[in-house]
Amino acid sequence: MTTANYLTHPRGIRSWLLTLDHKRIGIMYLVSTLAAFSLGGLFAMIVRTQLLSPNGAIFTVAKDYDHYNQMFTLHGAIMIFLVLIPGVPGALGNFVLPLMLGARDVAFPRLNLFSYYLYVSGALIVILSIILGAVDTGWTFYTPYSSDPDIGSRDAVSLMVFGIFILGFSSILTGMNFIVTIHKLRPSPPNGMTWFRMPLFLWSLYATAVIQILATPILGITLLLLIMERTLHVGIFSPRFGGDPILFQHFFWFYSHPAVYIMILPAMGIMSEVIPTFSRKPIFGYHFVAISSLAIAIIGFLVWGHHMFPNGQSTLLSTIFSFLTMCVAIPSAIKVWNWLATMYKGSISLKTPMCYALAFLFLFTLGGLSGIYLGSLSLNVHVHDTYFVVAHFHFVMFGGTLMGFLSGLHYWWPKMTGKLYNENPARLACALIFLGFNTTFLPQFLLGSHGMPRRSATYLPEFAPYHILSSLGAGIQLLGFILAAAVLIHSLFRGRQSPPNPWGAATLEWSCPSPPPHDNFSTPPLVGDPYDHANLVWISDQEGYRRSQEPEARSQKSQT
Amino acid sequence: MSTTQPHLASHFNSPQQQFDSGKLGIWLFLTTEILLFSGLFCAYAVYRSNHPDIFAFAHQYLNKWLGALNTLILISSSFTMAWSVRAAQLNQKNLCTTLLAITILCGSAFLSVKYIEYKNKWQEHLLPGPRYNPRELPPAEAEALDDQSRDRKGATWEGGAASTLPHGRSLTVAALIPPTETFRAPIGPAGLNPAWVDNDRSSRFSMSWLAPTPSLEPEPNNTHIFFGIYFLMTGLHAIHVLVGISLITWLLLRTTRGDFSPQYFAPIDFTALYWHIVDLIWIFLFPLLYLIGNT
Ligand SMILES: [Cu+2]
Repeated sequence: MTTANYLTHPRGIRSWLLTLDHKRIGIMYLVSTLAAFSLGGLFAMIVRTQLLSPNGAIFTVAKDYDHYNQMFTLHGAIMIFLVLIPGVPGALGNFVLPLMLGARDVAFPRLNLFSYYLYVSGALIVILSIILGAVDTGWTFYTPYSSDPDIGSRDAVSLMVFGIFILGFSSILTGMNFIVTIHKLRPSPPNGMTWFRMPLFLWSLYATAVIQILATPILGITLLLLIMERTLHVGIFSPRFGGDPILFQHFFWFYSHPAVYIMILPAMGIMSEVIPTFSRKPIFGYHFVAISSLAIAIIGFLVWGHHMFPNGQSTLLSTIFSFLTMCVAIPSAIKVWNWLATMYKGSISLKTPMCYALAFLFLFTLGGLSGIYLGSLSLNVHVHDTYFVVAHFHFVMFGGTLMGFLSGLHYWWPKMTGKLYNENPARLACALIFLGFNTTFLPQFLLGSHGMPRRSATYLPEFAPYHILSSLGAGIQLLGFILAAAVLIHSLFRGRQSPPNPWGAATLEWSCPSPPPHDNFSTPPLVGDPYDHANLVWISDQEGYRRSQEPEARSQKSQT
Repeated sequence: MSTTQPHLASHFNSPQQQFDSGKLGIWLFLTTEILLFSGLFCAYAVYRSNHPDIFAFAHQYLNKWLGALNTLILISSSFTMAWSVRAAQLNQKNLCTTLLAITILCGSAFLSVKYIEYKNKWQEHLLPGPRYNPRELPPAEAEALDDQSRDRKGATWEGGAASTLPHGRSLTVAALIPPTETFRAPIGPAGLNPAWVDNDRSSRFSMSWLAPTPSLEPEPNNTHIFFGIYFLMTGLHAIHVLVGISLITWLLLRTTRGDFSPQYFAPIDFTALYWHIVDLIWIFLFPLLYLIGNT
């Protein structure tokens, strides 16, 4: 058995930093986003510690409350722009996409590396802006507070916004690469990869890439205009110079609502892989799940006004946005029902990725339903800018995207590293994170519906029990994350060698060794049904699965 | 397998697949470019529909003949660029080199004209934000002015005295403006300060430089916003022209080196597409900024 795989061929730090291999770039993205996640998590812990006491546990006097504003701003900006947006596509997508497709690499490997370094430079600029004077505008950078230096926001705003501008281009280039790869690099027929033989993770990455390309340039120009507003006072967003701050909100949400689908769609794609594999059943309603990804991508562009119901938007416009918001819930619901139907009468095995997938299903459904609450006009006015919104957002972004990411990380970990981790501690970590998550964010729904405003350094004493419970949950999550990290790191050194296909999944990445060789497939792989689990048999001496028949023979048999 | 195909990357199966991938990639990239500009076009549309007076007044400061000249230059350069792709496909190396060189010259000529325009705006203080402080009225407006109030050169806001206010406004208006203001603060995003409205209609001038009539609105509030939008749009466009010139210079070097052939001309093709988009954006910018009629 040959031992040369992508991790060891070629060797040396230089060969990593200048690599064009999508798998190595994926690993570098993974390490970077996890580092950014730790930083964002640190700020979250500071926020939750502050809220242990009604008058603040860290920043106790009014002149320090601004530091609290900085903490939640940094938490939000880092988690969204450095973790959630590049996380699944950059780390898992880069690693998995060409393998699943049966390609040797993404279409533009050099562009891929360039996009990674854009990410690193953007991230470093954001971190520099933290050192030079943390931003306190909130991650939304609403004008005029962000545009007018005299009101209080600091010069660091320009720097951070510029960093995010660069991160946006990194995201655009990744999206471009994915679209071209999926269009042009699928193995050709016969026995090639047709559109409807593609694993659903690829469909969701494709839909994500469409949003990345169509929405991110708008963020780019918005942030550029914000910088220009701050430096040249061009008078587009700043009312002091004749500008319109509401226009900024329109521009910002035109990107940032689709951006939540950039974050959630890839995680939904992971669900569509993990749930069939661990239910040992083909995905229910393949075409519906595939097309619903595109539907989300398209309708997602038409709902941004639901962030602005009380902000002076006309009633007619608000009504239309509210209606369209309800519409975008439909394709998401289609996915959830199809996953449930996939599990129905399946032979479910509760391996760690499946545990995270179940957590996703539970939390994302709650998050999505609370989104319908927020999309309805009358209720929105009541809970706008309260903890209800905070809880909703964390249920979809943390309970959805991050649970999906963790599920995918544990699912592809043996493929990426060639090592099997220890199942029971990994499951325990999942349980801790799930428990901690609910302890943190369920009380926030109550807080919000009782009127607790978000982004406040202090609160009325009657909110104290909820806040203390919430902070306690954050501590439980921290334990869970430390345990999950320890399990994975332990596996790197002590883990057993993984077989090519430890889970019995039918997609192509499991047909090459773990970890994969440098050029993925020396001969173009034979593509079969991506959810044909019945064709896989357990080989006990390898502790893994293997195809019992090659797809070619199988498809001929089914035709006759 | 790639030994016979020097330009074929190892993860592609055929030159055709590589070319098609590149083509799709460049089109996607151009989509993002158009969307990047669309934010500015959107800002333009919002402000023009909310404040047509600002655009009608301020565009008169732009020289439409220089704009037209630049349009002509860019369209010609698009033609030579397109022809250079054809020349590369037909293996006409010398022709290709010449055409690329002409394209570079056209691009540089465009930037030179742009430089002249920018320099003029800079000297006349036709700048965004608080730096907006023109010394003269737009040419058409100035013509309509009677002689005694015309000469306002050298007057600045910081000059302080009410009588040295620009644009030959009457003292009644001038007295309402505190000279310490370095720029005119608006009443609201859409608000027009009533203090600015000159009640004596007979002393007004035409806003239209096409058909001057003896009624001129006073200079609208926040005229500087026009120049903010003007500099952002043309500036972002000029950066794209600069990038295009660099890319075409790189192509020129590669052509003289003999890199391209009828089998491999993708970089010229893709750069040409980029150059056409840059041209196309200017074709929208020119009428939107320079050719605003009376509204
Ligand atoms: Cu939204």
